Amino acid sequence: MIRLPPPGEPLPHSVSDAPFDPVADHAQDEGGKLAHASQIRVMWWKFRRHRVAVWSAVFLALMYLTAAFAEFLAPYDLHTRDTANIYAPPQQVRLFHDGRFIGPYVYARTMQLDMENLQRVYAEDRTRPEKLRFLCRGDEYLLWGQVAGDRHLVCPSQGGSAYFLGTDRLGRDILSRIIHGARISLTIGILGVAMSFVLGIVIGGLAGYYGGWIDAIVQRMIEVLQSIPSIPLWMALAAIMPVTWSPLLVYAGITIILGMLDWTGLARAVRSKLLALREEDYVQAAQILGARPRRIIARHLVPGFMSHLVASATLTIPGMILGETALSFLGLGLRPPVTSWGILLTEARSVNTLALYPWLLFPVIPVVLVILAFNFMGDGLRDAADPLR
Amino acid sequence: MSDFRDLLRIENLNVVFPLYGGRIQAVRDASLRILPGRVTTLVGQSGSGKSVIGRCIMGLQPKYAQVSGNIMFDDPARDHSLPVDLTRLPQDGRQIRAIRGNRIGMIFQEPMSSLSPVHTIGNQIDEALRIHSVLSPRERAERVEAMLADVGFRDPARVMQMYPFELSGGMRQRAMVAMALICDPALLIADEPTTALDVTIQGQLLKLLRKLQERRGMAMLLITHDLGVVANLSDEVVVMYRGEVVEAGPTQPIFRQPRHPYLRALMDAVPHFDMPPGERLRPLVPARVDVASLGRAVQPCQGPVLQVSGLVKSFAPRGGGLRRPQAVRVVDDVGFTIARGQTLGLVGESGSGKTTVGKMIVRAITPDAGRVTLDGQDMLAAQGPALMALRRRVQMVFQDPVSSLSPHMTVGSILTEPLEVHGIGDRTSRRARARDLMRAVGLPDRDLARYPHSFSGGQRQRIGIARALALGPELIVCDEATSALDVSVQAQVLNLLKDLQRDLGLTYLFISHNLAVVNYMADQVAVMQGGRIVEIGPREVIMRDPVHPYTRALLAAVPYPDLDRPLDFATLAATQEWAPVFVGPQLAALDLGAGHQVLARPGADAAQVRA
Repeated sequence: MIRLPPPGEPLPHSVSDAPFDPVADHAQDEGGKLAHASQIRVMWWKFRRHRVAVWSAVFLALMYLTAAFAEFLAPYDLHTRDTANIYAPPQQVRLFHDGRFIGPYVYARTMQLDMENLQRVYAEDRTRPEKLRFLCRGDEYLLWGQVAGDRHLVCPSQGGSAYFLGTDRLGRDILSRIIHGARISLTIGILGVAMSFVLGIVIGGLAGYYGGWIDAIVQRMIEVLQSIPSIPLWMALAAIMPVTWSPLLVYAGITIILGMLDWTGLARAVRSKLLALREEDYVQAAQILGARPRRIIARHLVPGFMSHLVASATLTIPGMILGETALSFLGLGLRPPVTSWGILLTEARSVNTLALYPWLLFPVIPVVLVILAFNFMGDGLRDAADPLR
Repeated sequence: MSDFRDLLRIENLNVVFPLYGGRIQAVRDASLRILPGRVTTLVGQSGSGKSVIGRCIMGLQPKYAQVSGNIMFDDPARDHSLPVDLTRLPQDGRQIRAIRGNRIGMIFQEPMSSLSPVHTIGNQIDEALRIHSVLSPRERAERVEAMLADVGFRDPARVMQMYPFELSGGMRQRAMVAMALICDPALLIADEPTTALDVTIQGQLLKLLRKLQERRGMAMLLITHDLGVVANLSDEVVVMYRGEVVEAGPTQPIFRQPRHPYLRALMDAVPHFDMPPGERLRPLVPARVDVASLGRAVQPCQGPVLQVSGLVKSFAPRGGGLRRPQAVRVVDDVGFTIARGQTLGLVGESGSGKTTVGKMIVRAITPDAGRVTLDGQDMLAAQGPALMALRRRVQMVFQDPVSSLSPHMTVGSILTEPLEVHGIGDRTSRRARARDLMRAVGLPDRDLARYPHSFSGGQRQRIGIARALALGPELIVCDEATSALDVSVQAQVLNLLKDLQRDLGLTYLFISHNLAVVNYMADQVAVMQGGRIVEIGPREVIMRDPVHPYTRALLAAVPYPDLDRPLDFATLAATQEWAPVFVGPQLAALDLGAGHQVLARPGADAAQVRA
């Protein structure tokens, strides 16, 4: 270590006597766990540091698991109607009865028709706790259309009811419908993005790699598409679908519509990234080696922007989910009996319902949470993308 | 009293950056001081922590950096106050802001990005005055104008209204200096102020800094890796290595009796013009070359391998609306030949068209006109299989070690890719070849599974060289192959290239802006300016007896790491008016004998150009 002279004094010529071994220092520099880590590994390390994004990813994983096992997790079937409980408010789960712990239960309810307002009035019977059952037999179902079963995670007590989020105008359990609706709402975003991903990469890739007039045409096409207000366009496209189509076909149609209108942003991202990467020396090195365009795109360009694309695709999923919700809300998308969150919300269209039965708005909560989670996760992915540059 | 104070005194400074669970100690127990009115230089290779110190003084270190130690700033303008410890001031607080830009100015390396593109030059220089002074707008404008005149603008009033994009790199750097000095700071921190500039511009800027520093009695902390710059500018030198100060002292003893092995190694690694032919540079960590397994005998055959003549390329500027702007000729009638096993050094400043020439030879850019032949075979006409065969024989090494290797591929796949593209061998033989290539550039072959990002710049450059060697080429175009590297690493790569040339009989086109490097590497030298070769000839002739005024200016502007050969600031000042014989619409190469040619007016004779 070098010592300084007192202020203002001449500086002596001094040399550090610390050991000096450049070869060893050199060897030390190249160690570390970064050395053998691939791009994906480093991305993961970086993503992991983004706490909110990690929790969002966990939350989304749970949501998708819920969608996958909807039949088992939901207390009721999608279409089970209880005419004795129409527009019933949510039932509260309690643990203690008469100061004693008796496990989770709900109070039994009686319904009376208020003849003056023609309103159903539900009253809890505080003397009759109905204990919830777990892993019990309930409505029968076919899991994934294959596995027959009737076990549910939670059911009401024999002969009782358990509507944790209330019921709708046909006496159907809202919670069960939200869980079942997740299946459509969550997958439509993924499928729509997959669709626009393919379109975006192909069209944007062509424009970016070849440039020239192809690029010009694609750019103008994107501008025209982006300038059309989206809702009327959706409506027009949705109107093309024949009424006679089965719900599944309509579902596929909606996915295609969403994908067709959403690829423009991705195509632009791909194009600009390609234009930037094309100038990188390693791409030029491959050209000088004699590699063909197809190899250059597949080996050098696509891996270069894939991480960015995944991140930006994640950020467009919420738009898709909202798109489906909006279309269904307007009655142009999916139609009952297929159920999505958007369809559930159509029930909450009139002010009347909102004022009297506010629990019909519960489907908004998962929509908001899922969209926030996708945005947070997308942010995390975007920050982690391309960590090595 | 003021004779016995330091302007800035850094004691036991430690800076730590947390990273991926680990930590990087960027600065370790560093102590240094700056005297009022003197120039202290911080020398070291990249990553030695020298820039971190500069930023810590300004309080500009990243938020997550952990700083300990003292940086005492004793402002001579406040005579009776005690020194302030800059590390104790809250980051971005009022006190540090009153010092930053006012009492301590800073200029950065990159002239392109350190000025705001949306404000005029005058506006940006004025900003510091607006913040730190109580002058009226008119007084401020006068100060700015005087300052701009001081840094060498001929028409300061006009420059004030200009935007940065209207100025060249050197001019922007002057504007940066004006901005840093407008408040008359006691200390100027110059972080690699000339690294991004061409050598002639660098000379002018060094001269300017020296002049301003002396006239204003200002202290300067010059951060640089270039020992030539150090020798020409500094009073005291502090040498850093891996975050530690390893040697410090006045400039004289530092250069005359360097004691620390690192500093001595650094001095040995700089190529200079007095090296006898055959003398090798000594890099800090030598790379061992083992080409035995590459299996190609030396072919000591004579005659030109590459012949280039009449090469022309123009680029049309983009856009321009209805009226297309005129195309710019970046390469204009370039011709040369390289003999087998020899090296042609192509020298020029940025924008001279030298890189374009290199890219046209490897067929990355198609020339508008001209002829390139390799062993008599027309390179520009080759298509399909003939082109693929050519690509095996001509390869390229790039400047930027970061961007030239695909970050998504392991070193193994990078090295086997050329073989895959050309369908040579099978999986096993390609892997074996990749291992041989690694050994040939002195890297352990177990590193094939690693990714480029885990290698240092010099190692990456060696991987780039290995990739160029994969197909067994005869000609390699090295485009600024060592410009992005530290001197000690540069020496290692240059030696590697020389060894490979000796063992494999390679022919190089060595493109560089660094005359000393070209002097070390080349047999023939061509000097390019404005798209044309202004002078070409054997290395000794060009270096010792240049004829063209441009070559002379280039050579005069190189700062030597030698106290006995200071830059001649007086000649640098002389405006570069060329003798009439070198100016004109129609110039032609004039042969001076022994392969020495210079661009001059037709009909000129040797006596005229030598005058």
